[in-house]
Amino acid sequence: MNNIFIYIETEEGKIADVSLELLTKARSLAKELSCEVEALIIGDNVAQHKDELFKYGAQTIHVAEDKRLKHYLTLPFSSIVITVLKKENPQIALFGATSVGRDLAPRVSSALVSGLTADCTSLEIGDHKEVKSGKEYKNLLYQIRPAFGGNIIATIINPDCRPQMATVREGVMKKEALEVAVKGKVKVIDSAAILKDEDFVVEIIERHIEERKIDIKGSPVIIAGGFGVGSKENFKLLYDLAAVLGAEVGASRAAVDAGFAESARQIGQTGVTVRPKLYIAVGISGQIQHTAGMDQSAMIISINNDPAAPIHQIADYAIVGDLNEIIPRMIKSYKLNSK
Amino acid sequence: MTKKLKIVVLAKQVPDTRNVGKNAMKEDGTVNRAALPAIFNPEDMNALEQALRLKDRFPGSEVLLLTMGPSRAAEIIREGYYRGADGGVLLTDRKFAGADTLATSYALSMAIRKIGPDIIIAGRQAIDGDTAQVGPQVAEKLNYPQVTYAEDITGLDGDKLVVKRRLERGVETVKTPLPAVITVHATAPECRPRHAKHLMKYKHARTFTEEQDNEHNSYLPIEAKANLRIPEWGVADVGGDEIHYGLSGSPTKVKKIENIVHQAKESKILTSSFEDIDSLIKELFSSHTIG
Repeated sequence: MNNIFIYIETEEGKIADVSLELLTKARSLAKELSCEVEALIIGDNVAQHKDELFKYGAQTIHVAEDKRLKHYLTLPFSSIVITVLKKENPQIALFGATSVGRDLAPRVSSALVSGLTADCTSLEIGDHKEVKSGKEYKNLLYQIRPAFGGNIIATIINPDCRPQMATVREGVMKKEALEVAVKGKVKVIDSAAILKDEDFVVEIIERHIEERKIDIKGSPVIIAGGFGVGSKENFKLLYDLAAVLGAEVGASRAAVDAGFAESARQIGQTGVTVRPKLYIAVGISGQIQHTAGMDQSAMIISINNDPAAPIHQIADYAIVGDLNEIIPRMIKSYKLNSK
Repeated sequence: MTKKLKIVVLAKQVPDTRNVGKNAMKEDGTVNRAALPAIFNPEDMNALEQALRLKDRFPGSEVLLLTMGPSRAAEIIREGYYRGADGGVLLTDRKFAGADTLATSYALSMAIRKIGPDIIIAGRQAIDGDTAQVGPQVAEKLNYPQVTYAEDITGLDGDKLVVKRRLERGVETVKTPLPAVITVHATAPECRPRHAKHLMKYKHARTFTEEQDNEHNSYLPIEAKANLRIPEWGVADVGGDEIHYGLSGSPTKVKKIENIVHQAKESKILTSSFEDIDSLIKELFSSHTIG
């Protein structure tokens, strides 16, 4: 009763990182609230993960197993989550902001008629006083997230409904195992009693791994390389940085013509026009043909070893130096500073 | 034998978040939509295209837009007409104001009950909130299956809809019975452009409220107007329990809003030293540009 529930997502027989990050966070929230951390895991043959969950602080693990639950399906998974949350009545329920979590959590919140905040980047405990009624609330979950295309940071609360539900993006919270695993308990959920035939009306016909199509326009952070990057091999550095920042890689026309990058990545007058939150121009001189496609970006960082390169003029931050030194340092600094 | 489908596209008029000004937020923490340019939510456009493709494949099918918002959101219905939709409904009522995703889903689900479609298609998420909650919540309220992150509605297999989904690390094809709610991802094909013929025909389509406000529209003959009337539905039209609408139906409250200030352009020159780069990355974190 009144504990924190973490929905544990598995993929290819492994626990998703975001679930372990949530367990890590839940430990500190539970300490503040003097409650316990519980995990809910659903699938085929998932009880094997219990030791790892104990290692990350789950004190009770609810396990629902069924052969038909090998892959995530909205209806049976949500039926189980809804049933368990109704019965256990936690004060907080957290999900990863993955394609699974963002499919499952809203359906659950609708059934429980409880509030849900999507894609939180931070979770805190705090009090609240309702201005109109003067009613005071203790120890609410502050669900903090960017909104409005990242132009504002909003703190959302659920004063009256339980559980307080949120999804959290992967990688924004720290993942840390305990030195000594919790000696917790496992509760087996009677899946057969919950699942009905109607829960299986949607069938998966086929699934396979397929590289995502390049989506430069939709990316909030873009790392673009020019002719100055020097080679296709050097472009790999840009992909490394992009992977860390969750960014997309773009290129100038000169870099595309030189064969360093695919034409779908081309930014500029003859490519796509972008206006991301952050644009990092690497080895790009800054000809008007290129800048026409990116000068509306909210923030521009230029990296070029030529101090006279015009790109530095339109940049908010101009770094003069060798990209082979600068990019690894950016990656190192990002890893040091990310929570 | 051709099948005729009744398709509802859920579309939202959103403030263009790329042009956020100082007055974007009201003091109570809700969005000051009046101060921002309003656009057709991009992923809802992808959803409309999927609906129009189904109509191409199954002639005689009907595509209707459903949008919730103030009077000016009627623009969404007109835009749908221009691109090939057959009609639409504007869900508008003061009682809907201040709705979070749950109260919005309730209102939409009540309107959908009244329309009775075979398929409901929506964008995965809207750019003002990025929550991706309304689609699944509407599905739950109607007790319909949902297929989210759709990239392509491939067609019908018997009486089931085949949908290709775009996930983090791959694709998945599923088959769902109807009625169902499908939410469409940005990687789906872009919407076809406006059609000149439709534009000429529907540019005078108005809601009753707009006709009252819009003097220059009055030159149109009465009969023409009657055909081009965009229906407006309120709580009284869709029914349901008032407690579930608007603010009272919204469990989430905005406690605090913090604006992110984008500073004016003035290049700072940095060296390639780790100290310089580290302080830049720290700044990017604190301004929420990354992380």
